[in-house]
Order: sequence, then C-alpha cells, then structure tokens
Amino acid sequence: MSYLKLDAIDKRFGNVAAVSGLNLEVAPGECVAMLGPSGCGKTTTLRMVAGFEDIDGGEIRAGDKVLSSKAKNYYLPPEKRDFGMVFQAFAVWPHLSVFENIAFPLRIRKLPADEIRRRVDEALRHTNLTALADSRPDDLSGGGKQRIALARALAIRPKVMLLDEPLSSLDPHFREEMRFEIKDIQRRLGFSILYVTHDQSEAMALSDRILVMKQGVVQQIGSPRDVYYRPANRFVFSFIGLSSFLRVRFTGGRMQVDDLALPFDAVDEAPAELVGVGEGVLAVRPSDVDFVDEGGLRGTVRRRSSLGEIVDYQIAVGSQTLRVQKTRHEPGPQVGETCGVRFAMSNWYPLTDASEG
Amino acid sequence: MTGSFRFGTPQILFGLAVAILVIFVAVPVLLIFFNALWVNGSLNIADMVKVLSERETYKALINSLILASGVTVTGTIVGTFFAWLVTRTDLPYKGAMKVLFLVPFMLPSFIGALAWKMLLSPRSGYINRFFIETLGFPGPIFDIYTYQGIILVETMYLFPFVFIQVCGALERMDPTLEESARISGADLFTITRKITIPLVAPSILSGALLIMLYSMAHFGTVAMLGIEAGIYNIPTLIYERIHQSAGSFAAIRTGTVLSTVLVIAAALIIWLQNRVLSKGRYQIIAGKSFRPTEIRLRGLRLPLLAFCIAYIGFTIVLPTTTIFLVGGLKTYGLPIAVENMTFDNYHHILFEWDLTRDAIWNSIGLGLAAALITMFAGVIISYVIVKMKVPGKGMLEFLGMLPFSVPGSVIALGVILAWSGKYGVNIYNTIWIILVAYIARYMAFALKANSAALEQVHDSLVEAARASGATMWQALRDIVIPLVRPGMVAAFFLIFLPALRELTVSVLLYGPTTRTIGVAIYTLNEDGETVYAAAMAGVALIIIVTAEVVVKRVFKIEK
Repeated sequence: MSYLKLDAIDKRFGNVAAVSGLNLEVAPGECVAMLGPSGCGKTTTLRMVAGFEDIDGGEIRAGDKVLSSKAKNYYLPPEKRDFGMVFQAFAVWPHLSVFENIAFPLRIRKLPADEIRRRVDEALRHTNLTALADSRPDDLSGGGKQRIALARALAIRPKVMLLDEPLSSLDPHFREEMRFEIKDIQRRLGFSILYVTHDQSEAMALSDRILVMKQGVVQQIGSPRDVYYRPANRFVFSFIGLSSFLRVRFTGGRMQVDDLALPFDAVDEAPAELVGVGEGVLAVRPSDVDFVDEGGLRGTVRRRSSLGEIVDYQIAVGSQTLRVQKTRHEPGPQVGETCGVRFAMSNWYPLTDASEG
Repeated sequence: MTGSFRFGTPQILFGLAVAILVIFVAVPVLLIFFNALWVNGSLNIADMVKVLSERETYKALINSLILASGVTVTGTIVGTFFAWLVTRTDLPYKGAMKVLFLVPFMLPSFIGALAWKMLLSPRSGYINRFFIETLGFPGPIFDIYTYQGIILVETMYLFPFVFIQVCGALERMDPTLEESARISGADLFTITRKITIPLVAPSILSGALLIMLYSMAHFGTVAMLGIEAGIYNIPTLIYERIHQSAGSFAAIRTGTVLSTVLVIAAALIIWLQNRVLSKGRYQIIAGKSFRPTEIRLRGLRLPLLAFCIAYIGFTIVLPTTTIFLVGGLKTYGLPIAVENMTFDNYHHILFEWDLTRDAIWNSIGLGLAAALITMFAGVIISYVIVKMKVPGKGMLEFLGMLPFSVPGSVIALGVILAWSGKYGVNIYNTIWIILVAYIARYMAFALKANSAALEQVHDSLVEAARASGATMWQALRDIVIPLVRPGMVAAFFLIFLPALRELTVSVLLYGPTTRTIGVAIYTLNEDGETVYAAAMAGVALIIIVTAEVVVKRVFKIEK
C-alpha cells in the first residue's frame, strides 16, 4: 500500500526534458530521498508533487485523491494538497511571530482558537521552540528558523512532508543535529517524507529508500545499502561515495589491466556478457582495496597524503590510476615503492555505459 | 620628521571640504533660521507665531498639508497597484509597461501642469470645450484649478517613487515566502493580503514618505494650477511674497518663517523614512532562482492591459502631444487643425527671441557648471567623510546631506540672504547666484554617488600606493580618482539632468537676462503667451528626453 504515487511523470521546460517517465511510490511512514547533481530534476519533481509546477505527462496521486493528471487535464493547486513543506531558505515570515508563523496554516483552515493553540504548542514542543513562541523569526539563528519552518509544516499534521534541501542553508554542526531531529519527529508522528538533497550522506542517514536521478531520468531506486553496495550503473557508483575505476580486458581466459594480470583465479568473477564483449570496467571503493605483500595486482605508489584519520594513496597501475584509502593505523607503502592490491569488494560495469553520457 | 602638526594634502582636503560646505550649505540655511527667529537682534518666538497665524500663511500651511497628503495617498495606491501588476501577474508586455511607468520621472511636472491647464481649464481647456461646444454639456466636466486637479497632476509625476521601491521589493523577495503560505493552504488573494503586502509594507511606506517630501515642497504644479484659484502652498507663497515686494523685510521674514516650518516638516519626514528603512525592513531577499508564481489574471488580463495603456496614453502621450500641438498654433484658443498650425513659434523661440534663446543656453551652461563643480567638490568631501579619520566628519556628513531635506525654495531664499550684498558679495540678479544655489541644492546627490563609489575602494589600495612610494596626492590622482570615476560620472549626470529642468530655485533668483528654461516657460505662461510657453516646453522636452536617453545609452555601454 502506498500513500504517494507518481506515475510516468514528464516535465519539459521549453525543449528540455527536465523529468522523463518518473515512477515512484512512497509508503505511509516511509522516507524517500531524491538524490542527484544540481539540475537533475529532483527539485522540479518535488515542486510538481507540491503543485508549484504543472506536469506534462503522467499522474500524481495521494491516497485515493488525484493531485495532477495529464490525461484528465486535472491540477489541484498547492493550497489544496494538505502537504507540509520545508524550504531550503527557511521561508519563515519575518513580520509574524514564531507562534503566528506556525498558526498560519491552521488559521487558513479556520480551526477554533483553542485547537490552534493546542496544535501550535504541540508543534513547538516537537521542535523545542516552546520558549521562543513570542520571538520574532529574525532574532533566531538559521537553525532556529528552520525549526519554525518544520513546526509550521507539522502544524496541520500532514500525511506527507516535502523537504527541499532543508539542511543545506545550515552550519555543518546544526545540519547533523537537525537531521536526527527530523528523523526522530518522523518516527514519533509517522508521516511520509519526500526529501530532496544533493548530499549523499544526508540521504543515507535519513531515508528508507533513495532515488538517484540524472538529467531527469531515474537511475536507481533502492535502500541506502543497495544504492551504496549494488549501484545500478557507473554514474550511481561514482555519485554515491568515493570511487575508482579500472579498465579491464578479457583475453584467452585471463583478465588484464593494460599488461598486468588481475589477481583473480578465473574469468568467472566477471559477468559473462562483459567477457563476451572482451572489455569491462572494474569499479571499487577506495576503502575496499587492501594492500598485499605478495601477488595481487602490481602497482607503484605515486602519491601518499594524510587526511588526518585517513591516508589517501594514488597507485599507478599500468597506465591507469587507482585510488586507495586506509585508516592511519593500517600499514601502507611509501611513495615510489611497488605494492600489490586486492579488492575486498568490487562491481563490474560495461565499458560503454549509457549512464556516462 | 616631527610629531607636530604638518600642513599637507590631508589638511588641504579637509579645509576645502569644510569651507565648501560652510559657504554653500551652512551659511544660507543658518541665515534662514536666524532671520526667522531673531527680530532686531533678539530671539522672538512670539513674532514667528504671529506671522504663522496670519490668514494667508496659515492657509498656505494647511494647503501644503492637504495637497501633500492627497498626493501621497493617491500616488501610493497607483504606484503599489502598478508595481504589483508588472511584477506579480501575467499581464502582457510587462517589461515594456514597467519602462513606460517610469517615463513620468524624467518629465518636468510643471510642463505637465501646463499641458493639463490647456486641456482642462474650466473655460478654455480643449477637453472642456469639446464637451461643452460639441457634446452640449452645460459646463466643464473637470476643473483643473482645484485641489483635486493639483493632486491628480502631481500624482501622475510622483507615483514612480512608490512604484520603483515596491517593484524592487517584490522582485527581490524570496518566492518561497509566498510558496510556503500556499502550501499552508492560503489562496493567492490571502497570500497577497497577509504575506506579500505586509512584507513590502516598509518599501511602500518609504516610497510614500518620499512622495510626501517632494509634494510638500513642490512648486511648479501648484504655481501653474493653484494661483488662478487662490490655492497657495508654502513654496508658492514664498515665491509670491518675494516676487511682489522685491525683497522687502516683511516678505523675507514671512519667507524665512515659512521656510523654517518647511524644513522642520521635511526633517520629520526624512527621520520617519530613515526609521522605516532601518527598523522595518525585513530580510526578504531571495536566495534561490525559482521565479514567483504569477497570479493569473484570466479574464481581467486584457482589460487591465487596456487600462495600463489608457493610463499611459492619458498621463504621458496626451499631455506631451498637447504641448507640441499648442506650441504650433497660430493663436491660443484656435481649434487644433492643420490650417491653424505653423512652425513660426518654434522658429521664433529658437532663432529670434533673445529671452528664450538665453534661457536655453543659461540652463545648459548652469547645468554643466553646477554638475562639474559639484562633482569635484563631492569627491573631496566624500573622501574626507569616507576615508579620513578626522573629528567632526559626522558634522560634515550632516551638512552635505542637509540639502536633501531642504526644499529648493528654502535654498533659494537662503542664497538671497547670503549673497545679496549684506555680507560683502552681491551677485543678486546675476547668473552666479543661481549657480551658487544649484551647487548647494545638488551637493547631496554628488555626495551619495561619490561616497558609494569610495566605499568600494579598499584602504589597502591607497596604502599599497603609499608603500610603493606615492605621495598622498599621487595616490589620490593615480589610484582613487580612476577607481571612483564611475561614481563621479554618475554624480555629474545626477546633477546635470535635473538642473536642465529646474524651476523652483531659479524662479526665485532669476533676473532680466538670467532666465532658465523652466523660468522662461513659467513666465511666458504667466504673461499669457501660452503658445510660446507651449513651444518652449516642447523644445525643453526634446532637450531633456534626448539628454536622458543619451545618458542611459552611454551608461549601458559602460556597464
């Protein structure tokens, strides 16, 4: 059972396809993050759900209610959609007190005064703002303002919350704190979240599922684990976390990086269709590479830099470069030394990958 | 080198700044207050009250208040409405409309008043005559010689003050402030009422106060349209008194007392405006690029476009056309028809008549001279205020900005008091007294433009020049002046353009051969030479608009 349903959504700006054929279902209480580089269509998608943008194809539904439908030529304006929404730049109204900001959506709905007070108090409590109810928003810090925005969105007890990069205007310190607060409030109140971000660690920490987009097209929808460990293509692999790629040739039952043999026993390790093509890309996370004294893929350390807790290596393998990261406690070779590497975990992708366009 | 006082470039600059401000600004203004408050060498408030309680002065005060309030209310409504229309709706041709709504800013309002007089004076106005003679109306449909008439004409020329401020606020406003209200369930009308208008209220208010400031001290329209019906405001009464009595003591005294009231009122308005700007302005500047939702006018789209076009046609095209047509009539009062038209009037004022030819050259010469002198004086004074750490620079700043709140008539009166022989220099009735008054009047413009430019020049740039071996003077010449040149150019045109169309100051100071364009139009009209007044106004419009357009072009290219 899903609460929010996006079915084959298209959106064009002029001749440019901003979003094409997007499908997504968000279950009650689920948090879905939309992740991608800027201009990938994630914010446009959120704004179509909110109703600030019309759709050029497909249908958006909430429960049994149609919100936008191209086929039915139907569009419900944002003020009728009953969503809570938090914006990147807070968007709290400076001419209203904290209390009045939060009460605004309730006053619009003409709730009785005591009910308004009760609900605002509740929202204030959830966001730890009770003491500041009578303050002016401009007297609060960025984090405080974002709390007001969150409380305002909570006040109508929405079934779905739309968050448009709500943490990116905050100091890094507050960002982490707010991230857990949002998650905590969601657990208590049980609403669904559709969340836009370009910060992958934020998406990982907050969401049940992640949708990765690129140029208006969904690349993968899956759990944070799936997206991190089984990226659907090279783009997703490189967008989520650090990545390093090696071009590999398959000749006569052997795998080679340039002229060097790979430390695998058989071609079986690689997908059969890639072996058939004769070439492929081996994708590894730098932290999944281990140094070995003997055997392994041989390379030369070209650069070694300490990033504090982590030591970052650049290893020349044939004409290609491999990036390795180890914690400072693990022993590693010095610059100019030759070394062997093995891969604790790796993925295979075709050399010509449609996602690398 | 000793630590004692040295006489060098900084001291020269400081001395110059003080001297310029004291001579040109402080002395005239202080003389006004002195003459208003001191009678026969002693402080006499009672006499001041007596002057104010005379029927005519009292009436002029009330009129200033009525007219200023009326214009402020109508101008604010008109300005806010049009600003909202061109920024927040799907009105067609919004961009062009926005430019057109700013056109009244460059047209002198007394020329507009002249046009409206020719259209709507009760007996001879062309529109009224059309209704009476052709449509058989029993009387005029609108009498321009009334409070309503004056308020209407002033509104046409002053509403852009609010329009500009509100357009700016609405354009810069973060659209998510409105979107968050929408997602909260508010419809567009509620958002406009509860979110948008309150958020831009400080901008509306500050524009409204600017309208009030200008309207309170406004001379041209009231002089053109009010005197006929006996409606005087403070500036026109000052003019009337000084002019009729040719500078008698009683007239000067009434003038100084009225001026004092005007300065106090203006100071109050400016103080209020500063408060609004510093305390009431919210941080509503947009952080992200999404455009605000446009309100769909639907069925009202074309009617509102028609309304805007009609407004522009009625307030800009109609009066301008009238000026040129009447300027081409053989005699005032003839119907506007081809057989009654001639180019003789234009030929006469441009090539034959010394009075009008002098006026054109006087205005251009005065504008250039005032702009050049004030521009350089402005650089020196701004430099002292912005860059030098000297005691008393707050006082300098206050003096420099003072002319902003001192109306033109007051400056003219102060200049008469200071420069008509009482203190050794008599330049009354010469072109120099007008130049002196212009320098005082436009000093604040030059300071604003130059200070803004100077604040961009970081101290370290000058220090680097000094460390490289440049003297203070060389650093100024080679580093500071080139960097603030855009500010200086801006100051030059901020002075030259308004000086071209100036009336309020020069009308109090002109002599037989020192009329300005504004004075020539005004006096021709007063003498009943309506067609020549119109022809002269037509020529003035061409000069002013050409200058404005050329300046805008040049600035665009530079940017």
